Amino acid sequence: MNLPWLLLFLPLAVAVINQLALRRGPLAPWLSTASAIATLVISLRLLGQSSTFNIDWATIGDLHLQIGIKLDQLSTGMMTVVTGVGALVHIFSLSYMKDDAAKNRYFTGLSLFMFSMTGIVLSSNFIMTFIFWELVGLSSYLLIGHWYHKDSAADAAKKAFLCNRVGDFGFMIGILMLWGITGTLAFDEMTVPAEISAGVLSAAVLCIFCGAVGKSAQLPLHVWLPDAMEGPTPVSALIHAATMVAAGVYMLFRLQLSLGFEVFEGLQASAVIAWTGGITALVAALMAVQQDDIKRVLAYSTLSQLGYMVMAVGLVSGEAGMFHLFTHAWFKALLFLGSGAVIHACHHEQNIWKMGGLLRKMPLTGITFFLGFAALIAVPFTSGFFSKELILHAAHEKQAALFWIAAIVAVLTPFYMTRLFIVAFLGKPRSENSDHAHEVGPLMLLPLILLSVLAVGAGYGFAHKLAPAVPEHAGEFHVNFLFWVSVTALVVGTGFALLLYTGKDKDPLSVPVLKNRFYIDGFYDNFIVRYFQDSLAAIVHFLDELIINGLLVGGISRSAVSVGNLFRKVQSGQLQGYAFAIGIGAALVVYFTVFF
Amino acid sequence: MPTLNDYLLVSGLLFAIGLAGVVLRRNIIIVFMCLELMLSAANLSLVAFSRFNTINGLPDYNAQMLVFFVITVAAAEVAVGLAIIVALYRARQTIHTDELTSLKG
Repeated sequence: MNLPWLLLFLPLAVAVINQLALRRGPLAPWLSTASAIATLVISLRLLGQSSTFNIDWATIGDLHLQIGIKLDQLSTGMMTVVTGVGALVHIFSLSYMKDDAAKNRYFTGLSLFMFSMTGIVLSSNFIMTFIFWELVGLSSYLLIGHWYHKDSAADAAKKAFLCNRVGDFGFMIGILMLWGITGTLAFDEMTVPAEISAGVLSAAVLCIFCGAVGKSAQLPLHVWLPDAMEGPTPVSALIHAATMVAAGVYMLFRLQLSLGFEVFEGLQASAVIAWTGGITALVAALMAVQQDDIKRVLAYSTLSQLGYMVMAVGLVSGEAGMFHLFTHAWFKALLFLGSGAVIHACHHEQNIWKMGGLLRKMPLTGITFFLGFAALIAVPFTSGFFSKELILHAAHEKQAALFWIAAIVAVLTPFYMTRLFIVAFLGKPRSENSDHAHEVGPLMLLPLILLSVLAVGAGYGFAHKLAPAVPEHAGEFHVNFLFWVSVTALVVGTGFALLLYTGKDKDPLSVPVLKNRFYIDGFYDNFIVRYFQDSLAAIVHFLDELIINGLLVGGISRSAVSVGNLFRKVQSGQLQGYAFAIGIGAALVVYFTVFF
Repeated sequence: MPTLNDYLLVSGLLFAIGLAGVVLRRNIIIVFMCLELMLSAANLSLVAFSRFNTINGLPDYNAQMLVFFVITVAAAEVAVGLAIIVALYRARQTIHTDELTSLKG
């Protein structure tokens, strides 16, 4: 009974202690890391349990707002992912952030994030989910903006927060609509009444999906995730690759699990979700092809893989999506931490065209990076292969068009990842920084090695106990049509990249549309921000100046001043004036007392 | 034999002259003297009321008691008032009310 609450509140306690008592001194990072490892141990102990604890937080009429913990295969499995990646990222950060002046603040932020993420995963109802949903947004904001003295980091943090707010408004409306439909917010009690029309339900589901669009960075709100790479790299690994961005997928799957999967079969909202995911996967993969920043390539690849998961959820094959989330968390965290090690070794050089030859300089990092890379491009018998097969299988069964989109993405993924690997790790060093690169320390290598074991092995039966959801046929292997499609995609993608990029010193391919990310960011900046936001700001400014400042605040003070000015005239300082007024007053008093 | 109205008329006249002096004159000593004039007007009417309001054939001495009080208080007031005027003159080198307007708001 007490263990789940400890799991939830331990990171919060650590964050509070760090903030209040350990702002200076060397203890805060170690305390945070210890708590992350402790939560990992607790989640492993809780694995597979199923129960619900609720505490009434507030009661308004019929509405009971509860803070509660729901344990089942889904939440405990997700907790192992969150705390597992979390603990490894903490260990990695100990070394990566060693020389950072504000590392105590950084670790406080990480602990706050762990608390918020645990809250989302363990939540037993939508209100609690929403509260912690906002909290992860806050901790993500704090961590993206860790180097806030850099304008780009401060802007990226703001952008992430605002994009998430846009989605969260939809999410909030969706939660209220769902409450109206089902009469409850607790996951355990939700059922859809028979008389509810499909249209109303679709609208509610789509509003809730808005939240997932923001958090999981789907089109059209994907713009914040690549910018979020301004944060420290371990943060990108933990928050913007493995856990927080997957929260949208997790929440959608939790919704489907609570309402029942049959409700979602054939629902229009499901089709919208599936297509959003599919298009995001394709567009993001295309954008990744022309990026030069190692973290941005990985960020777009994360977008693309998240698109896969959302598509699977939309196709009502959420198990496949969750399984992909599970495998993706390990290998993407590995790739990000690997890129962190590379960036660390190259003195904060992030441009892949200025790297090169790193495999020889830092062989262990290179090999672990290669294993993560193999899992991401779905080389047969790695974890990514199994989970991607399941998604392709689901798409093949239910929606042919989406299947072909997914197949194209499966060609693009090996293409851009091979490009990244060849350019950064093979060939010869292209700058002094990469020439002087050397292997990173053991604290950074340990997480890389552990993650590469999971990146390769997470698809097999022994790992299924850890997974949030395991679809049928997971980890099985058949030589059939799907197998040939994915192997062909892999070979074609890798082959093209090998042909194009081997031994090249600058990008032989130049597609401005892709390099400029389909001009979506430019459109937002120049159109939405300039016309929509600025005119809104002008109206609000006008109201603020005229009504609030002019009439309410200024009006009251001005009327006090003018009344004061009026009475000032009376105080003339003329003695006789006063005497005259007293005389008149006395005469009036006499007049009124005598004659009335 | 003058009637009560005659006394009250003179008293009112004296009071009006005093009030006019207080309001119109600028020299503070004259203003002060006019104040005394107004007090005398009040005293005169009190004495007149006393004379004409007989109880058992005797005048009502209550009013005359009051007059003595007024005279006593007026004497004290003159002492304090003149002292203030002297102090004022020392501080400001003037006793013209036109020039004493530092309380103007």
